[in-house]
Amino acid sequence: MMELLTLCFEFFKTGLFAVGGGLATLPFLTQMQQKYGWFTAEDLANMIAVSESTPGPIGVNMATYVGYMTKGIPGALTATLSLVLPSLIIVLIVAKAMDKYQNSPLVQNMFAFMRPAVTGLIAAAGFSVLKIALFKAGAATFFTGIDWLAVVLFIVLLVLTQVKKLKKIHPIAFIAVGAVIGILFGM
Amino acid sequence: MQLLWELYRTFFVIGALTFGGGYAMLPMLEREIVNKHKWGTQEELLNYFAIGQCTPGVIAVNTATFVGYKKKGILGGIAATLGVITPSLIIITAIAMVLENFMDIVWVQHAFAGIRVAVCALIASSVIKLIKSNIKQWWHIALAVAGFVVVALFSLSPVYVVIACAVLSFIFGKKVQKA
Repeated sequence: MMELLTLCFEFFKTGLFAVGGGLATLPFLTQMQQKYGWFTAEDLANMIAVSESTPGPIGVNMATYVGYMTKGIPGALTATLSLVLPSLIIVLIVAKAMDKYQNSPLVQNMFAFMRPAVTGLIAAAGFSVLKIALFKAGAATFFTGIDWLAVVLFIVLLVLTQVKKLKKIHPIAFIAVGAVIGILFGM
Repeated sequence: MQLLWELYRTFFVIGALTFGGGYAMLPMLEREIVNKHKWGTQEELLNYFAIGQCTPGVIAVNTATFVGYKKKGILGGIAATLGVITPSLIIITAIAMVLENFMDIVWVQHAFAGIRVAVCALIASSVIKLIKSNIKQWWHIALAVAGFVVVALFSLSPVYVVIACAVLSFIFGKKVQKA
């Protein structure tokens, strides 16, 4: 019961402070992982993969997944509903004064400041996933810990995402390539 | 009641058929809201979408709440929101259950080791996109670096960063607007 309440609180907070949609919830999930250890950092990376390759908004998918990993089906329901509750409240409040809200200099300024910072936050969350994916666990030194195959795969895939002709390709294609290479090379 | 059910069903379909959320759902929204149900014009939809982006939370959910509210008040907002999250709840829970049982298989572990690398590349490419659209002045760089350092190196909660940005915008907002 206690865990469900904590889940509720944490996801309400995420819904309230994750500005910029989808991936913006990621820094909050990384934080939860470090704080509570409900799931491992590897689980988190797997969750992102599943959330990106299944239908539904990424933010909602990740909440459902984290909730399920933590406390089964009740956890999934609690996390997802808590994530959308602040949105529901805020949008319903804002809805009445939509034009005023959207064009208010106060709101515009706030977003001008938040957008660059959120970019940094998402980069930080990405960095923590990167550490899991590119380093072997329990290695003695920095260099022996580097998984070179993973590093090469990372660079190749990243370059591919930047190729203009491939921009329209669905992320699921990259995830599938990762899976195939992982199996073939026994990563 | 009829309309509430219709809202729930429509957003259920939108949730079930869009991958990725955010901008990816715009074409689906157009088809369902503008063309099929005629619940709003193209322009109204873009307005809803803009609001969804500048309120906290998942954009897809915000847009759903907003359209629902416009059609049928608070209950409409709730119906549309529940509709858009139901497919995620069903699909993700099912996958998580299955994965739990398959994670012990060696080749599944190998596959996920590769998948995690692909996820890193995808996040990195999103970050590049975000940098291109959000980082344009020196103080943007400062904010982004501060956000990164505080969370990556000091493991502080992102909540503080968001609150700090709001406070900074109250203090320096006017100066920045002039610049």
